[in-house]
Amino acid sequence: MTTATGPTLVPFDDVLAAYDPALGLEVHVELNTATKMFCGCPAAFGGEPNTHVCPTCLGLPGAMPVVNGKAVESAIRIGLALNCEIAEWCRFARKNYFYPDMPKNFQTSQYDEPICFDGWLDVEVEGETFRVEIERAHMEEDTGKSLHVGGATGRIHGADHSLVDYNRAGIPLIEIVTRPIVGAGAKAPAVARAYVSQLRDLIVALGVSEARMDQGNLRADVNLSLAPKGSGVLGTRTETKNVNSFRSVERAVRYEMQRHAGVLQAGGSILQETRHWHEDTGVTTSGREKSDAEDYRYFPEPDLVPVAPSREWVEELRGTLPENPLARRARLQADWGFTDLEMRDAVAAGVLGLIEETVAAGAAPQAARKWWLSELGRRANDAGVDVADLGVTPTQVAAVQALVDAGTVNDKLARQVFDGLLAGEGTPEEIVAARGLAVVSDDGALGAAVDAAIAANPDVADKIRDGKVQAAGALIGAVMKEMKGQADAARVRELVLEKLT
Amino acid sequence: MSAERRTAAELADALAAGETTSVELTRASLDRIAQVDGVVHAFLHVDAESALAQAEASDARRAAGTPASTLDGVPIAVKDVLATEGLPTTCGSRILEGWVPPYDATVVARVKAAGLPILGKTNMDEFAMGSSTEHSAYGPTHNPWDLDRIPGGSGGGSAAAVAAHEAPLALGTDTGGSIRQPGAVTGTVGMKPTYGGVSRYGLVALANSLDQVGPVTRTVLDAALLHEVIGGHDRKDSTSIDQPLPALVEAARQGATGDLSGVRIGVITELAGDGWQPGVMTRFQESVDLMVKAGAEVVEVSCPHFVHALATYYLILPAEASSNLAKFDAMRYGLRVWPEGRPDASAEEVMRATRDAGFGDEVKRRIILGTYALSSGYYDAYYGQAQKVRTLIARDFEAAFERADVLVSPTAPTTAFRLGEKLDDPIAMYLNDLATIPANLAGVPGISVPSGLADEDGLPAGVQVLAPALADDRCYRVGAALEALLLETWGGPLLDRAPGLNGAPA
Repeated sequence: MTTATGPTLVPFDDVLAAYDPALGLEVHVELNTATKMFCGCPAAFGGEPNTHVCPTCLGLPGAMPVVNGKAVESAIRIGLALNCEIAEWCRFARKNYFYPDMPKNFQTSQYDEPICFDGWLDVEVEGETFRVEIERAHMEEDTGKSLHVGGATGRIHGADHSLVDYNRAGIPLIEIVTRPIVGAGAKAPAVARAYVSQLRDLIVALGVSEARMDQGNLRADVNLSLAPKGSGVLGTRTETKNVNSFRSVERAVRYEMQRHAGVLQAGGSILQETRHWHEDTGVTTSGREKSDAEDYRYFPEPDLVPVAPSREWVEELRGTLPENPLARRARLQADWGFTDLEMRDAVAAGVLGLIEETVAAGAAPQAARKWWLSELGRRANDAGVDVADLGVTPTQVAAVQALVDAGTVNDKLARQVFDGLLAGEGTPEEIVAARGLAVVSDDGALGAAVDAAIAANPDVADKIRDGKVQAAGALIGAVMKEMKGQADAARVRELVLEKLT
Repeated sequence: MSAERRTAAELADALAAGETTSVELTRASLDRIAQVDGVVHAFLHVDAESALAQAEASDARRAAGTPASTLDGVPIAVKDVLATEGLPTTCGSRILEGWVPPYDATVVARVKAAGLPILGKTNMDEFAMGSSTEHSAYGPTHNPWDLDRIPGGSGGGSAAAVAAHEAPLALGTDTGGSIRQPGAVTGTVGMKPTYGGVSRYGLVALANSLDQVGPVTRTVLDAALLHEVIGGHDRKDSTSIDQPLPALVEAARQGATGDLSGVRIGVITELAGDGWQPGVMTRFQESVDLMVKAGAEVVEVSCPHFVHALATYYLILPAEASSNLAKFDAMRYGLRVWPEGRPDASAEEVMRATRDAGFGDEVKRRIILGTYALSSGYYDAYYGQAQKVRTLIARDFEAAFERADVLVSPTAPTTAFRLGEKLDDPIAMYLNDLATIPANLAGVPGISVPSGLADEDGLPAGVQVLAPALADDRCYRVGAALEALLLETWGGPLLDRAPGLNGAPA
């Protein structure tokens, strides 16, 4: 654990002056298959504890696993999308260790024969492309979930007893492991974030997972090490777990770089260990020490036959792949008419998919871009979540924009509609009605307000009568103030000019 | 002849002819169990009520003219390593005491679907580790031929139940000989099918790549009848073979004519010599001579890698077992032991205390061996190397089967030894499975058929007939032929020469 004062953090620029960072990312993707990896139980999220279970996923004596063919298909499609080789023959292996949330006390995984290997994903950071090499993507099963009761923190430390829910046990996972990513320098945190974000876009496009980081469908472990600048070696790494948003990926890399440098500059050495990321405080703390003493005693799972996907099948699956991400980006930029800068911002914010869905729901590209990058981006940042997890859907954004386009609300009122959406007050239309947000375009009410403004500002009115049309702004402002912003400004202008010219 | 002495095939005929009822047969078995199991201790659990209810349902089917199978109504005993819904399943271990599975093993479901009333669960070495049933946490089973001797193992309970006429049929499992060696030392028949020929779903695994469920009976035909009930593909076991079974009953009936013309029989050079009991070898040689008389051609075959079979087996088995047995951790079912003086013990401490108290010495020995064999840095030298030797043993079989249709050897090197005799000498105990282990390593089928009584001690010996994978029918044909030829020389079943039990009629 950290001491009361916390570790020494070296300023980021100083880290870069002395060290080269090396990154490694392990991403677990929970597949959205109907059933679990090795049995027929539903793989759906949630459910009353221990209701999605059977002898196989509970590891009862005598029960046996059977491989879910759909999960193998998803694994191959992910591998192909990541430019991997697909094994002609591979096996599952048992990873042996004792833990109460693992029913068999071994995890059925893959070891030295992953189904996908030797691939890459190009990620773009501030206009620069980094090729992230993929070492492997393999199939495995998820564990159950422990709930520690009676302690202050919900962690096992200090808990009185623990409850285990095995609904999640046996849900298919694909673990995607990168090779060390070197040479990113100052961009290391951003590269890590861009990789996870673009990987998520890919997974969503493949349709193989819900890929919600906040629900744990997509979980990232961040490996980081520092080496003396220019040395070309790899330092001792730490593996930070529990990093549950793109933003946290970036922050965790940055934090670990600064912490490692602090330890190294003080003459210490980095302990190879698992660390936990704390979203609230933005720090990592030591988990269990991961040393050579941890021996998983892998061996091929004797209850399963090898997986040998035919080349015909692999090619058939290759034909189902979504567009390559870089090609897609070029196409979208052309379709939307975005400038390079607008496109780069949208990519960096991880909102391309959101804009695309919003446009598909009927909004103009620039309007969709504006909402996701400014208003919603700001709110997500304030809440410390990814904009995708904010709680507003592309369909809702398109509906709000439709109200703006129809003149029902203006941009300022639309922000209040988003307040209502986030508060769960119903559809945008319902919120406008319930909150009385519609702009007043009724000429009767507006006319009265305009008359009152003219009466209250005779000098301004005279200027307009003399032809100084630009003075109308002052009257429009007065009317808008009177109407508490809920007026169609364009119509107010028309009325003012009608009455005075 | 009293009901319990008749073969399952005869009982099935009698049921079909309406000469008896399943309730009568089941009651006869239950009575015999009540009479002799106090001294034999073949059963860990008997469920008379449930067995009789199943028998009544069977009689109703027969009365309605809709029997579920040929064997509908013939009672059966089930080795305690097979999951039975509603019946305790302990695997002979303290750690599973009182555990009642919520599901049936596929073979149990098939036996039920075929209408065979289940009498109860039979004794075994703990988690099937042993050759004598002495490693059962619930006390040993006694050999009906001599109550001071072992009935073989691990399936000594099933073999003894059948030998003592407590059940006409039983299910066993064979990882290195646990069906065949008990068959040999109790004068009964035991068949280990081709690996993948019978579903393992619901068999509490000892070593998944070696285990196989099979019939334990008094005759070769009965074994074939039961094999056809339990065999065939099961989608719950990915290692089960998706092909129809060969015609096993037909092969047994063909063999029973005693004609072996054109059959090439290979005698394995490596499975004889020093350490083989002379009386066992004499009976084996006589069996070979009889088969030659019946028209078979005999060839000597060498399987040079068989000498490494035992060492290979004792790396692969403990490795797989150490991982399989990890699930017994007190968290979800079975025994839970709280460490003394530690009311606030952690899960890890409870696991440790439970496994310490719940597993016997032999189980612990193999967990330690297996954990070591799989350890990083030792894997290649032990488990990895053992898998390579396993391939060589399989190749020995392939080469031998090019020269012979079946291979034969004595099933076990000796007759039944005395209880306690080898308990302190694990290696001596392991050597008992010398002849049976190669078939498990290669996945080929093998049947043990009684060859007579050894001259030295008057105890049963067995002959094993091995066939290529998927050619289980050859085991039945040759086994049935040998059985028929021997019956002729004996003038009646070998088991009729067994002594009475505790004053009960022989």
